[in-house]
Amino acid sequence: MKYVGKALPKTDALAISTGKPVYTEDLAPDNALVVKILRSPHAFARIKSIDTTKAHSVKGVECILTYKDVPQVRFTLAGQSYPEPSPYDRLILDQVVRYVGDEVAIIAAADERAANAAMKRIKVEYEVFEPVLEFEQAIGHASVVHPEADLSCNFDIGMDKARNICSSHILAEGDVEQELKKCDIVIEETYYTQAQAPAMMETFRAFTYLDHTGRLVVVSSTQVPFHIKRQVARALELPASQVRVIKPRIGGGFGGKQTGSGEVFTGLVTLKTGKPAFYIYNRSETFSCTTSRHAMRLKVRLGADKEGVIRALDIENLSDTGAYGEHAPTTFAVCGDKTLPLYNKTRAVRYHGHAVYTNKMPAGALRGYGATQGTFALESTVNKLAAKLGMDPAELRLKNLIKEGETSLAFHGNVLGSSALDRCIEKGKELIGWQDKYPRKQLPNGNIRAVGMAVTMQGSGIAGIDTASASVRLNEDGSYCLLIGSTDMGTGSDTMLAQVAAEVLAMPPEKIIVHAADTDISPYDPGSYASSTAYVTGMAVLRAAEDLKKQIITQGARMLEVAPAQVQFDGQQLTAPSGREISIKKLAELLVVGTGNCQLVGNATYGSPISPPPFVAGFVEIELDPGTGKFEIINYVAVVDCGTVLNANLAKIQVEGGIAQGIGMAMYEEVRYDDRGRMKTNNFMQYKIPCRKDVGKITVAFEESYEPTGPFGAKSIGEVVINTPSPAIAQAIYNAVGVSIASLPITPEKVFMGMKGAMIHAKQSDETSG
Amino acid sequence: MQIAVIINHQQFTLEVQPDDFLVDTLRAQGLYSVRRGCETSSCGLCTVWLNGKPTLSCSLLSFRAAGQHITTIEGLRSEAEEFAQFMAAEGADQCGYCSPGFIMTVLAMKRELVNPTEADMIHYLTGNLCRCTGYQGQLRAVKKYLGV
Repeated sequence: MKYVGKALPKTDALAISTGKPVYTEDLAPDNALVVKILRSPHAFARIKSIDTTKAHSVKGVECILTYKDVPQVRFTLAGQSYPEPSPYDRLILDQVVRYVGDEVAIIAAADERAANAAMKRIKVEYEVFEPVLEFEQAIGHASVVHPEADLSCNFDIGMDKARNICSSHILAEGDVEQELKKCDIVIEETYYTQAQAPAMMETFRAFTYLDHTGRLVVVSSTQVPFHIKRQVARALELPASQVRVIKPRIGGGFGGKQTGSGEVFTGLVTLKTGKPAFYIYNRSETFSCTTSRHAMRLKVRLGADKEGVIRALDIENLSDTGAYGEHAPTTFAVCGDKTLPLYNKTRAVRYHGHAVYTNKMPAGALRGYGATQGTFALESTVNKLAAKLGMDPAELRLKNLIKEGETSLAFHGNVLGSSALDRCIEKGKELIGWQDKYPRKQLPNGNIRAVGMAVTMQGSGIAGIDTASASVRLNEDGSYCLLIGSTDMGTGSDTMLAQVAAEVLAMPPEKIIVHAADTDISPYDPGSYASSTAYVTGMAVLRAAEDLKKQIITQGARMLEVAPAQVQFDGQQLTAPSGREISIKKLAELLVVGTGNCQLVGNATYGSPISPPPFVAGFVEIELDPGTGKFEIINYVAVVDCGTVLNANLAKIQVEGGIAQGIGMAMYEEVRYDDRGRMKTNNFMQYKIPCRKDVGKITVAFEESYEPTGPFGAKSIGEVVINTPSPAIAQAIYNAVGVSIASLPITPEKVFMGMKGAMIHAKQSDETSG
Repeated sequence: MQIAVIINHQQFTLEVQPDDFLVDTLRAQGLYSVRRGCETSSCGLCTVWLNGKPTLSCSLLSFRAAGQHITTIEGLRSEAEEFAQFMAAEGADQCGYCSPGFIMTVLAMKRELVNPTEADMIHYLTGNLCRCTGYQGQLRAVKKYLGV
């Protein structure tokens, strides 16, 4: 292929690297009102009274809004296709506040000083309730987080709000209890995965204004412009046609920006005042007043025969969705859907449990979306099985994994169209030096080097739901415009999609102008999440380009006075068998100017009935100091099957970045609260994301498969790459010092205490036996 | 209060408040490459040069810059673009939000360190956080740029 797969630089690279004004804040009008939010100091309370009189007297204050001033329509901030599975459980401002940081009042002023001064002068009296802070105690807790009668759901998601159950889920194939009884070996373990913050470098931000026709324009750093449009319309009781959402360049998202944030606040201010309004979440608010990964407790039971064939899998999950249910039912489902199909020699599988409300910051979407949590639990259990059997964990995987053309009990009847996971494992073993290094080596300085591994799958888009459209237009000068609604949040998807169109049209990608995203201009796209852009939007782009190419050939044939089948089109020239030719430039010109013509636009819409999984085999080598439990990554090897690689460099960086974020989750990152529900980790001092000294060496390789339903055989890559570090590192720790860590993050302290515990245990059994 | 500063080799007289931070003062001058990424001097997004040394403009009060030379990436356009080409060739720009601050540190490092080792480079650049790239592509770009 001429353009697909090439390591082309991002089309926006120079502009964004050198600081050109292309992000939301850079585009905000100078006269925009500055919006600030007064937030609840209590984890759970009712506002008894709120007095804004003194605040109004501050010079420059334009508007102060409380729960008395907002539409009484509950909505969800989850950016999902309509009808959203997340419950409509929030108001823009509510009389009840459900976590420390929940919104109490919106202040809009001419400048930041005035807004801050006004905020200090708002008097609020609260009736404070006992909060639900431990998610394992949420079900049946005396406090009910969402007692309100007007909460509603689009589907039966198994909500039982009186018991703080946001959603319930069960997937069962076969009789898991029976099959477990038949197994020679049953491994049981309970795992805890923590809340993780997306910690994108550009915090949440949005501004709004009214255009010349009175429509509300929202400019937001978001991954989901079309969902924001619908969400803002619902929350503000506007027809969706009265809302336009524009996404400029985005400073990172990682799923965090699949959930709405400030758009409804600035939107309300603009509607009330008629003026532009701008709200920037500072870093502290981004940490403590948006969303994080769902913390989960996963109880796993795995049954296998003596040969190591996995026959039964049972996972019971409890997910903490915090104060609101954004993405609660769907992350819960993905946790099972994107892990259980891996092992298809099973005779029974079950995945069940609840997502519960607590009085903490809501959880939301974050790269991996439940699969990350499930992968830690399931892969750790498979590693335990290997240890119990004395079998190489890589061999155990090869024995049990689903292969191309096969199905799996939890795969909803689908057949796996592409997989190179077996090759990924072989390649990974070679790159890490598994044969020599497994399981451990003692170093002369007393440190231990050990290796560990895990495998994972994800999806590519949401099967049967998320559908993207694309248009490719032949411009009057012979160049092309590619219109899409997906959101390049730094991944380089605009560039990669241009490569797809370029391949079809045989035109260098730099000749293709990519526009995304503006809900007035772009064709509909759910946005960039669920690993959908390369696969779903990619197929829409491929087909739109093919549609256009066909039209070009038809029109060229007409002008050359031959049948379309006789025309050769090389991207630049259309040639008839006689040798007569017309350039694309001339054709474009003739089609646009004059009577009886028609500008050519290729259109396509694509939604897939399946979500083909990409795969990763992750291998890690660590060095651990047994005196302290401190360890570091020596080398992380990730071998990836994302189908056809569409852009070699951008795919590689996706892997490196995802592995680093996964290492962060495995070793450093954890959202923590104090005993009153106040977040302790609301800045980069307390919440440590990996810096460049913390990630060690990352080695990336690709083992391509060919996905028959994807653009040029491609599948996704964005999410799958975050999943392996936690279980692989946990296994390396086990291989180093025999300590099993079942709760993330894996800190030196946990390792050290585990070693100490193991020693005490050994000593006690010595004494008992002696 | 008024301060006289030299920004990107040009003399300015600016009206600032005593509690203004330099990041905001620079943005108010249209220097949009300078960004606030945190409130704890942790991320490096706001890195500018104060008399040629990388400095966090989020934690420097504007009046303290009085009489001094401030350089932002807008003042190093061609040099920054030269390095940015190396970043682009690796795909290491990604979301780009941390890039201007990172590039300011890289260009300062180039002036300050003689024949740095890989460990020297990583140490020098540690204060610039990035959430997208996992740092590997940035390091490849830096090494190629420095020809090591």
